[in-house]
Amino acid sequence: MSQAEDIESVDEDGVIESVSGPVVTATDLDARMNDVVYVGDEGLMGEVIEIEGNLTTIQVYEETSGVGPGEPVENTGEPLSVDLGPGMLNAIYDGVQRPLDELEEKMGSAFLDRGVDAPGIDFEREWEFTASVAEGEIVEPGDVIGKVPETASITHKVMVPPNYEGGEITSIETGEFTVDEVIAELDSGEEITMHQEWPVRRARPSDEKETPTEPLVSGQRILDGLFPIAKGGTAAIPGPFGSGKTVTQHQLAKWADADIVVYVGCGERGNEMTEVIEDFPELEDPKTGKPLMSRTCLIANTSNMPVAARESCIYTGITIAEYFRDMGYDVALMADSTSRWAEAMREISSRLEEMPGEEGYPAYLAARLSEFYERAGKFQLINGEEGSISVIGAVSPPGGDFSEPVTQNTLRIVKTFWALDADLAERRHFPSINWNESYSLYRQQLDPWFRENVAEDWPERRQWGVDVLDEEGELQEIVQLVGKDALPEDQQLTLEVARYLREAWLQQNAFHDVDTYCEPEKTYRMLGAIKTFNDEAFDALEAGVPVEEIQDVDAAPQLNRMGVADDWNEFIDELESDLKEQIRALY
Amino acid sequence: MKEYQTITEISGPLVFAEVDEPVGYDEMVEIETPQGETLRGQVLESSEGLVSIQVFEGTGGIDRNASVRFLGETMKMPVTEDLLGRVLDGSGNPIDGGPEIVPDDRVDIVGEAINPYSREYPEEFIQTGVSAIDGMNTLVRGQKLPIFSGSGLPHNELALQIARQASVPEEEGDDEEGSEFAVIFGAMGITQEEANEFMQDFERTGALERSVVFMNLADDPAVERQVTPRLVLTTAEYLAFEKGYHVLVILTDITNYCEALREIGAAREEVPGRRGYPGYMYTDLAQLYERAGRIEGNEGSVTQIPILTMPGDDDTHPIPDLTGYITEGQIVMDRDLNSQGIEPPVNVLPSLSRLMDDGIGEGLTREDHGDVSDQMYAAYAEGEDLRDLVNIVGREALSERDNKFLDFADRFETEFIQQGYDTNRSIEETLDLGWDLLSMLPKEALNRIDEELIEKYYREDEAETAEVEA
Ligand SMILES: Nc1ncnc2c1ncn2[C@@H]1O[C@H](COP(=O)(O)OP(=O)(O)OP(=O)(O)O)[C@@H](O)[C@H]1O
Ligand SMILES: [Mg+2]
Repeated sequence: MSQAEDIESVDEDGVIESVSGPVVTATDLDARMNDVVYVGDEGLMGEVIEIEGNLTTIQVYEETSGVGPGEPVENTGEPLSVDLGPGMLNAIYDGVQRPLDELEEKMGSAFLDRGVDAPGIDFEREWEFTASVAEGEIVEPGDVIGKVPETASITHKVMVPPNYEGGEITSIETGEFTVDEVIAELDSGEEITMHQEWPVRRARPSDEKETPTEPLVSGQRILDGLFPIAKGGTAAIPGPFGSGKTVTQHQLAKWADADIVVYVGCGERGNEMTEVIEDFPELEDPKTGKPLMSRTCLIANTSNMPVAARESCIYTGITIAEYFRDMGYDVALMADSTSRWAEAMREISSRLEEMPGEEGYPAYLAARLSEFYERAGKFQLINGEEGSISVIGAVSPPGGDFSEPVTQNTLRIVKTFWALDADLAERRHFPSINWNESYSLYRQQLDPWFRENVAEDWPERRQWGVDVLDEEGELQEIVQLVGKDALPEDQQLTLEVARYLREAWLQQNAFHDVDTYCEPEKTYRMLGAIKTFNDEAFDALEAGVPVEEIQDVDAAPQLNRMGVADDWNEFIDELESDLKEQIRALY
Repeated sequence: MKEYQTITEISGPLVFAEVDEPVGYDEMVEIETPQGETLRGQVLESSEGLVSIQVFEGTGGIDRNASVRFLGETMKMPVTEDLLGRVLDGSGNPIDGGPEIVPDDRVDIVGEAINPYSREYPEEFIQTGVSAIDGMNTLVRGQKLPIFSGSGLPHNELALQIARQASVPEEEGDDEEGSEFAVIFGAMGITQEEANEFMQDFERTGALERSVVFMNLADDPAVERQVTPRLVLTTAEYLAFEKGYHVLVILTDITNYCEALREIGAAREEVPGRRGYPGYMYTDLAQLYERAGRIEGNEGSVTQIPILTMPGDDDTHPIPDLTGYITEGQIVMDRDLNSQGIEPPVNVLPSLSRLMDDGIGEGLTREDHGDVSDQMYAAYAEGEDLRDLVNIVGREALSERDNKFLDFADRFETEFIQQGYDTNRSIEETLDLGWDLLSMLPKEALNRIDEELIEKYYREDEAETAEVEA
């Protein structure tokens, strides 16, 4: 959170009138909507969410037990903002950008006390700034004026803030600075530091949106292979509890080929955040070999932390993502789960006694969701460069029923839909993404990239796989009635091929050292090996070989080992030649 | 402490009173009825001049002449190690006739959230001796793993078995005294008979000495159920994080807790959420369940096994649904298995332990654990599917492979899951039993198991028997 206490309080203090959970009303408070205020004797942080005559309603980001009428409310006169600057990577924040490691230190306890504030970035630390423009040059808002090596993998670019006028540089210095020291001055009189502040509820400006043409490669076969998301795209993962939303989000945070990852744990489990904190520093980016944590910013507002901060954590996350986008990076933001965010809105709304809409959600639910996803995209930046934000939101529908408002309103906006399926999860088919229900509207615009970068016939091979799976779906209905052995041999063979597609290709074990990440080339070749089996098997069938004999060749079950094979190129070469040899030997 | 005789309205469990001094939100209240009875409550909403109070013992006997005292502090639990061995009511008062409790500390029962940065990821295997859990849905220290049950199913037997048998296998070369183990049992709205079942078992096995029991029974006030689990968890946190115990918390029945929540919501005339339960039930339940875990640099741990009965055996009902969204998996009891006499009647397919992956494997349980469990899941699911088909086409119409999967599913239920409430199986026994069953299947069908492990553990003799039988 911003150093709001630095700002002289110009306004009169107000007085608490009533307290009901996270919602407090105050009288005589001279405030604007969304101003940050400090509530009660302990100075709990809150935000103005409604003004009616002399009565101001505040949502409080901390527990309000024991707070009572008559206690003071102090206005900072500033909207809820984040601190932007070097030091956000490798950090873990709560929903209002307070660093959790620092809170632990300040509170001297493993439990979250209240009334303690801490800035989002370190104001004491010195960073090594190297100017990339010289005195006399003209700079405009958004322009990069220098660099800071922030982490092992990321160079932080220092920019002219978007709300500046810009002008000629009258002085600029390379050297070691804290984030609040002036590093450059403009003839407009403006001073530039490494620190920017930005109100979270307002998107940072950009020029225009472009059509994304590059995939966000995830290393997950079913995603890259069948339902790819673009860099700058949006995706939703709805599913009942235990179906794999979090594991999929973690997989993306680990392996997606984004430059920066912002992971927002919104109203979910504490241990899941701990897992990220413990695992990520030990993992390497498959591309750069650098520790994954050095490109990651974590925001954790777990389910037992105050509900108002759950509402704000999504905005904190997306604003940080925008800031890195402005440096020209490809940013991926995961939000787990957007349903908890929507529920927080509902809870606050109901305490305000607003008119409820569908299932008690406020009428503005759809608008908030689309405003949020609109902040994703591939952007032409105000400095002429390009940057992107991909947003992947988990959705937790009550009872696993996708017809509920959050899922439905999300699906109206996002272009990739990864439908998780409880039935697949029960039989431990992971990732439990249902291949019939899911879709990606980016497929076509990304095909040229896959043709060029992986294989010329990528789309055709994918289509072959899709067709076999479709046919299996139809055949399964018959099998349910008459049993598999009653089917003609060619259909039995199709079922066998489809089984390999499901078990060897679509399934991917997130917890296996090798299988956890699958480069697109391997995804392509694994599919190719199954197709080799298919083609050879059908030739043999035509030549009169009984289907059991074909199915029973020794090499066939080896298809299931491709995913975990380390030296996969060799493994697949060998497997394909074994398959050919053994099946051809049957006739 | 100011005393008022200003009650303006009484409605369900709520009392409204006028005040002329500010009162804090969540503060404790005492109400003295004209008959001289003292009831306790808590401030639900505090405005200038008016407060609404939720009365734990119910509002029976209160009238406009009752006097209201605000205690100036939120509810506290007196904690001390001496609580071990004691039986308390749902508000924390001793009911065992024992000596007065001299507290070491008085702790706010709402509990602060554990800073996610300060947590330690749970990965220490707890052996419960129950194959359905150890083998398929492993429990680890600091996990919250509920039992999803239905009315009339033997969830209590299973919970007691876990409480009795839970142990952490000794690590080799680790001869230092580990932390002590304690059980905290929180009953919410269960019958006297059920309560007796627990108490007798505790007394029979001598477990009471290392237990604290909180009893809110079916005929105790429903509103008190709001408080009981918080007292339980406050005590658990104290014993775990101040005194270094490994605490196992059993809460039963969460369904009764949620009913109480709904009742208070209705009395407050709140806009109800799904099926009449309050919209904030997710947050409220999370504030209970998230009070499980481990803390970095701290010896102790809080492991939770909440029990809930699913209304209509429906796991999409808000109570199991919201629970499943918060807890780290669930153990699901099944009515069909129960009527087949399987003990414990755990259906592993919808069951899950999310913390299993990090708690098992070489050095923790055994190298083959993960693969064996994956394979048994897949094979059992396949066998289950085939059962439907058999009903239509008969066994003869199925291939030899399919018949083996059918046999596997049967034996999985009658030999692996079935064990009785007094059998305590070590993890090795559980995994060996798994191999006995898996070896009925052809080696090639074991596609989830590493080839080296198949070589090492596959039982050729079992495979032959299966062959002969087929
Ligand atoms: N790709 C995968 N590989 C292996 N196991 C998986 C995979 N995806 C999910 N799982 C298993 O499923 C379990 C549940 O997944 P996860 O925690 O992601 O569910 P979720 O949808 O986030 O549930 P909730 O809504 O309750 O948070 C995991 O603990 C893991 O055991
Ligand atoms: Mg999850």
